[in-house]
Amino acid sequence: MSKNSEFVKFDKVDKSYDGKVLVVKDLNLDIAEGEFITMLGPSGSGKTTCLMMLAGFETPTNGEIYLDSNPISNIPPHKRGIGMVFQNYALFPHMTVYENLAFPLKVRKVSKDETDKKVDKALSMVSLSGFENRMPGQLSGGQQQRVAVARALVFDPSVVLMDEPLGALDKNLRESMQYEIKHIHESIGVTVVYVTHDQGEALTMSNRIAVFNDGKVQQLSSPDKLYEEPVNSFVAEFIGENNRFSGQVSDISKDKCKVKLDDGSEILANPIAVKSSGEKTIVSLRPERALINTKEKMENNFKGKIEEVIYHGDHTRVRLNLLGNKDFILKVPNSSANMDIKLGNQINVSWNSFDARALDPK
Amino acid sequence: MSSETQKILTTDGIPLEESLRKAEKKNKIKAFLLVCPLLLFLIITYVFPIGDMLFRSVDDRMVTKMLPKTYKAMEQWDGKELPPEEVFKGFYLDYKKLVEEKTFGKLATQLNYEKNGFKSILKKLKRKMKKFEEGNYKEQIMSVHKRWANVEYWRALKRRAPSYSYSKYLKGIDMYENEDGQIVQVPEDRRVHKILWMRTLEVALFVTIFCFLMAYPIAHLLATLPMKYSNLLMICVLLPFWTSLLVRTASWMILLQQQGIVNDFFVWIGLVADDNRPEMMYNKTGTYVAMTQILLPFMVLPLYSVMKTISPSLMRAGKSLGGTPFIAFWKIYFPLTIPGIGAGCLLVFILAIGYYITPALVGGASGTLISNQIAFHMKSTLDWSFASAMGLMLLTGVLAIYWVYNKLVGVDNIKLG
Repeated sequence: MSKNSEFVKFDKVDKSYDGKVLVVKDLNLDIAEGEFITMLGPSGSGKTTCLMMLAGFETPTNGEIYLDSNPISNIPPHKRGIGMVFQNYALFPHMTVYENLAFPLKVRKVSKDETDKKVDKALSMVSLSGFENRMPGQLSGGQQQRVAVARALVFDPSVVLMDEPLGALDKNLRESMQYEIKHIHESIGVTVVYVTHDQGEALTMSNRIAVFNDGKVQQLSSPDKLYEEPVNSFVAEFIGENNRFSGQVSDISKDKCKVKLDDGSEILANPIAVKSSGEKTIVSLRPERALINTKEKMENNFKGKIEEVIYHGDHTRVRLNLLGNKDFILKVPNSSANMDIKLGNQINVSWNSFDARALDPK
Repeated sequence: MSSETQKILTTDGIPLEESLRKAEKKNKIKAFLLVCPLLLFLIITYVFPIGDMLFRSVDDRMVTKMLPKTYKAMEQWDGKELPPEEVFKGFYLDYKKLVEEKTFGKLATQLNYEKNGFKSILKKLKRKMKKFEEGNYKEQIMSVHKRWANVEYWRALKRRAPSYSYSKYLKGIDMYENEDGQIVQVPEDRRVHKILWMRTLEVALFVTIFCFLMAYPIAHLLATLPMKYSNLLMICVLLPFWTSLLVRTASWMILLQQQGIVNDFFVWIGLVADDNRPEMMYNKTGTYVAMTQILLPFMVLPLYSVMKTISPSLMRAGKSLGGTPFIAFWKIYFPLTIPGIGAGCLLVFILAIGYYITPALVGGASGTLISNQIAFHMKSTLDWSFASAMGLMLLTGVLAIYWVYNKLVGVDNIKLG
């Protein structure tokens, strides 16, 4: 069985609510069968709108969405066969857990025996067997969330949409639910489209992540690529921490470029979004890629003054004043060698040009 | 065993319970004082009048007090044949006293309620009584009018002997206690109250249904529209609510009368002929239309407050799980609005069942309700005890409906706002 790599396809989709502003601009996105894809972005970036269009609660203003090669814009939500987990669970408060799960089966006229079997299976999948007769109000937040997940899966939909499903849970529960949802996805192989604004959640769970901003997909790639190789300054900024230097390209070769910073000093960087000298750029560097007092030979070596030291247990965050950037962050692993990190000290900071990515100036 | 029953002491050695009571005492007094004005207000304006009403409806001491000697003598009388001389003598003495005190009119009115024809013979007796001689009052009284020799009238007099009676309640449901002490229905042509009770129930029921049918979509729209529009719509719902009841009823009279705007419109679009304009007022139609409009906000508001709390994602969830819009509505949305429906229906029904001014103005003869009858007896016939009895019957009915509702839906499920 070959998997369809265009199981869900957004084809040139535009969406506007008021005819003046486009909230989704020219969206082209292919989702493969069995994939766990996350739409990540700040609020108002259009990610939830995309999900609602896929679910059928909003219609695309222009373009078409295909599900398994069939256009679905004219199919009402209840005929799409797409499971959905809502932000606030949306469990039916007047029905027991069993009735909640049986609802999608009942409307599909599944026999009583079959329903019992499926509900049993779905509940054991989220490890809630024995909760059939509870009302949703008697369950904790995490349990309600699991019921919502089970309900979205019980009728074997081909695609499951999740709209910030873990937003209302506390941190510990959220993390354990992330793994649980990931494992469920791995074991049943359903296609999942997940919407969140929490980058940690996205990085943990997804096969691929689509970073949304301003109605557009900024980057679509696997979590590691997204973090290691952001293609523009928005993604670099939005995913994880990063140190930024703005400047102007003064010299460029195939895989290296010289960037003249605003304070006059020059650094070597990896040209990603710049093509010729004279262009303005922002150089992005992950905090963990810059080392202090290292013996390794690196292309960029500078001295900076320690402005602030925050102790985090396993590592220490150090804020430096480096090359005119007063918010240069370093993460120093907790080891006995790094004892001279004190406020006001000057330290040597080094990094490779490959890790310093020269991106668009935005 | 002993350690379990041992009282826990505070550090000062006072039993914990006692210490707690002391600590809470001040707060309790404060709370009571805060509630006190309302409590007094309720007792004065609610408990006393209702109690007085209950008492009036069964109080029948007026006649008993007016004729003490008669009733004393009547204790020996078996009621089969004309009473003995002592009864006539007692009656003469009692009545003479009443005439001297000039309060005999009240007696005449009361006795006439009991049996028609009492008034005239009492008046005649008053005139002839001046020439009565001492002794043999039976002969003398019987010679005044032939009705005095009719045992029926004396039986009617005896029936008023007890200080308390439930006869008003019987009258309220078109029954009475006949000469043999049996409870029977009044003749068919005089059964007015039963019709009124049934009509009141019918009007209240239909007004509730009409209100529900109209309010449900309005409330749904109010709860789902964006704030900008829903506020405007809310004002449209409440605007009539802020207008005087009398003004609204009067404006319905302008609209519904035979030469009114609605009829003009019907004639204009050719729905009815000009010489055949339907009567929409001074009958049940008028009562239905006006009461539905007036009571509509009482249905909209509880429904709205309940619908506002239903998350729109529930309907979406229902649809995404495969339910058609109708199934999603019927299985998910509707059951969640039941507390609002209950509250709204109960409110409208209870208000409608005791509604007075609108049916009085637009109801005409076939559209008046039991409350109009109560008002009639309060103001026109001055039979307050009968009005009280009917008022209490109405109150009992409302309480019964509340009880049934509680059994069926549960009062905890009511949501008023």
